[in-house]
Amino acid sequence: MSTPLPDIEKVLKQHKLSLGDYDHIKKILGREPNLVEIGIFSAMWSEHCSYKSSKKHLSGFPTKAPWVIQGPGENAGVIDIGGGYAAVFKMESHNHPSFIEPYQGAATGVGGIMRDVFTMGARPIANLNALRFGNVLNQDDISAHQRYLVRGVVSGIGGYGNCMGVPTIGGETSFDECYNGNILVNAFTLGLAKSDEIFYGRAEGIGNPVIYVGSKTGRDGLGGAVMSSDSFTEASKGLRPTVQVGDPFTEKLLLEACLELFKTDYVVGIQDMGAAGLTSSSFEMAGRAGSGMIMHLDKVPAREQGMQPYEFMLSESQERMLICAKKGTEQAIIDIFEKWDLDCAVIGEVTATGKMELFWHGEKCAEVPVDPVSEEAPVLDRPMSRPAYLDEIANVKLSDFEAVDNQSAFEKLIASMEVVDKGWIYQQYDSMVQTNTVKKGGELDASVIRIKENGVALAMSADCNVRYCFIDPKAGAAAAVIESGRNVAMSGATPKAITDCLNYGNPENPEVMWQFAQGCLGIKEACAELNTPVIGGNVSLYNETNGKSVFPTPSIAMVGVNDDQNNVLLSTFQNEGNVVYIVGENRSEFGGSLYMKELYNVVAGTIPTIDYTKERALWNLVIEANKKGLLEAAKDCSSGGAAIALAKMACVSGKGIGATMNVNDPRDIFAESMSRAIIEVAPENCAAFEAMVGSLDCQKIGTIGGDTFSFNDVTMRLPEMQNIYYNTFKKVIEGDL
Amino acid sequence: MKVGIIQFPGTNCEYDTQHAFASLGCETEILWHKNDAIPQGCDLVVVAGGFSYGDYLRSGAIAKMSPIMKALKVYANNGGKVLGICNGFQVLTETGLLPGALKRNEGLHFISRHHHLKVVNNENDFLRHCSIDQVVNIPIAHHDGNFYIDSEELQELYANNQVLLKYTDASGNIDNPNGSVDSIAGICNKAKNVFGLMPHPERAIEALLGSNDGKAMLEGFISA
Repeated sequence: MSTPLPDIEKVLKQHKLSLGDYDHIKKILGREPNLVEIGIFSAMWSEHCSYKSSKKHLSGFPTKAPWVIQGPGENAGVIDIGGGYAAVFKMESHNHPSFIEPYQGAATGVGGIMRDVFTMGARPIANLNALRFGNVLNQDDISAHQRYLVRGVVSGIGGYGNCMGVPTIGGETSFDECYNGNILVNAFTLGLAKSDEIFYGRAEGIGNPVIYVGSKTGRDGLGGAVMSSDSFTEASKGLRPTVQVGDPFTEKLLLEACLELFKTDYVVGIQDMGAAGLTSSSFEMAGRAGSGMIMHLDKVPAREQGMQPYEFMLSESQERMLICAKKGTEQAIIDIFEKWDLDCAVIGEVTATGKMELFWHGEKCAEVPVDPVSEEAPVLDRPMSRPAYLDEIANVKLSDFEAVDNQSAFEKLIASMEVVDKGWIYQQYDSMVQTNTVKKGGELDASVIRIKENGVALAMSADCNVRYCFIDPKAGAAAAVIESGRNVAMSGATPKAITDCLNYGNPENPEVMWQFAQGCLGIKEACAELNTPVIGGNVSLYNETNGKSVFPTPSIAMVGVNDDQNNVLLSTFQNEGNVVYIVGENRSEFGGSLYMKELYNVVAGTIPTIDYTKERALWNLVIEANKKGLLEAAKDCSSGGAAIALAKMACVSGKGIGATMNVNDPRDIFAESMSRAIIEVAPENCAAFEAMVGSLDCQKIGTIGGDTFSFNDVTMRLPEMQNIYYNTFKKVIEGDL
Repeated sequence: MKVGIIQFPGTNCEYDTQHAFASLGCETEILWHKNDAIPQGCDLVVVAGGFSYGDYLRSGAIAKMSPIMKALKVYANNGGKVLGICNGFQVLTETGLLPGALKRNEGLHFISRHHHLKVVNNENDFLRHCSIDQVVNIPIAHHDGNFYIDSEELQELYANNQVLLKYTDASGNIDNPNGSVDSIAGICNKAKNVFGLMPHPERAIEALLGSNDGKAMLEGFISA
């Protein structure tokens, strides 16, 4: 089994292992590793699988609440949503593959996150995504390439999700030059399960069979986990073969077959084969239960002849699952998968040895103790330093720049890529299949589905203001949690828990590592203050090209529960004659604002003040007033401030408004103070609503009606504004077709 | 009233369709595509939407080879009522139970949104509760919804009152999202027992989800 490897240094380099790692491996094995074993350690100790740079900072997240059924550590997190049902959800990145090959990269990202959810026993019922692209506006090669990436990514997400019959109900897309060389594609899936029928990724019970189901294994995605644990250079273009190819049809069959299997009591544990394929699924399943495992790799269904054990262990072919079943149920399981025309093979069994023993045509080809591979994985304490740029930008103020009149500023902001409607994107996603979608992409703020089984509605929102994260990595991450929670609360739902997807640059850069650590602190603080635990997540590092790291981008997806699905609060104007309020304190806060970015091309200043007490009070006000039936609509104020929030509500509803807000500086209508919302109330409910506002600031600013948008000194005719709002995105993205 | 709903590998609207008909008080049964007979007592068979066989080769082209399609042809030829929605419409044109074909959308994108439709003919079971020129709001979600038919067959469709629905705006003016010939969204066969449309009436039976205009359409199949 153990043939010493010639030219060990070259082998280690190819596998991104150090000589220190090699000595450690020899110590664990008590001998020289062979190539299969090197491959296993390389994958399991990659940044992607081992979280070696991030682990130190990930401890201490608030993960518990009475409604949390499963926190981090499983394939996805689980919360109780009442009536015996649970929501299972998670968000993951597929950044590197999507940059190299946008359609397949994004498609397999969606496929992977859906498997993470249905492997827990839940039918996926909603998808969201958070996308970050570079500058798409210019007539140069960079922008042309970015537009190509937008088209490919959106098409890939739609191609996979639509075929699966899972509605993609919302998301967030933003643009900044910092993503020119490294786009971010974060995909979120939420599934529904009975709360006492959750399945876990465990292989236990000596002699129980280990069963492989799904697609055949090919040579695609070999080394994908290792690839995504590195930065980009020119040479990365040659990595296309490491990107997996998705087959949503097979995944749909796998989903239906697994759900049919879950109705039986045959399953002990199940896990999808994601990054590092058969290696990570088998080691993690055995590891969680403290078991050993035997696998016969020659029994794994293969797509092509001549494949070797190394390739079987490291392939990242999609649409595959590993099942540990009760002994004696093998044939019944095979029957289910055969019904759905899927491969299914018993490839091994659970042992008591604590070792992973791999065989090839009867001969042992690898033997690795299970626990040390995960438990002794390197944990790095990478050096950190506060980035120098922070001091340079902290004192930049609006008054440093030449003033722009509000009308011109508004015309610039309403046409910016961050503000305009993304119908070109969300209309390519089937948002209504499964007949649960109450509020979807384009309807502003959180997306909402109803649950037929228990009468509740689930609201969800993915958010991150990356400019805030750049100027203040800690408060910016906290702000992402706050904004996602506020969006959820605006629908009348109580925010319950988050999943995060932490996209950062190169951890070997001490300044990036500092940003990451600060981001974790921000999330911990906000989640604790808002009582919304973290129930799962994903870390994506090395988002860097040619030495330039992306802005810190901790995408947060919040999920909330509204007990009455017939009382979902919408975010656009409902009726002419209704009164519009702004609740919350309006300050002249412009740090990291869309205003400064669009008008002065600056991302600088001090982040708007965070006040958790006021934030919670705002949520409670909206949730409680909605329960009493006092509200017609609510929308949060975020990028672009009150002016852009009102303008979006007017565009989407097709209703005009005349509004006036008290300001210290005329430009405050674009300021981005937190903990604010625009709220629509019918005249007969105004007194009752005002009585509930308590200590929060509240201004009646106008009345809905007419065909003009008018707010302080800004005016625009509605048809003109809608034309800009609805047609800009397509013009830009399809400009070169 | 009993409704059978065909499930191919890759079908994904079978449970939505089941939910819709069940909420209208119908008995429903999911029919696995490997069955070679339509169960006794089915008053309507729905070929539901989705991506049968992943839409590989061509939408509906592989599904038409499934055993149940032979049985469905016999059922339809004996006067049994059949409704194809979205991918089901594609399957019915592929099998020849309905004329025409469905090509890739003119804009090449998948299109998912609520869309208005105008009722063109109502002398049939499907639209008998709707009035002519009535505008309904029904979701569409398709990549291959571009209805094509040659001019001779098109004349026949009109002559026999087989054109059922056209894509319009809210005021009933033609608004064609996908390049379909004459903006046609739904048709039936000459005998008026086989119906096909790209929009999803089963997604429009509750105001909570944005529209309940599909309810009257599906109720047309339920005898008074």
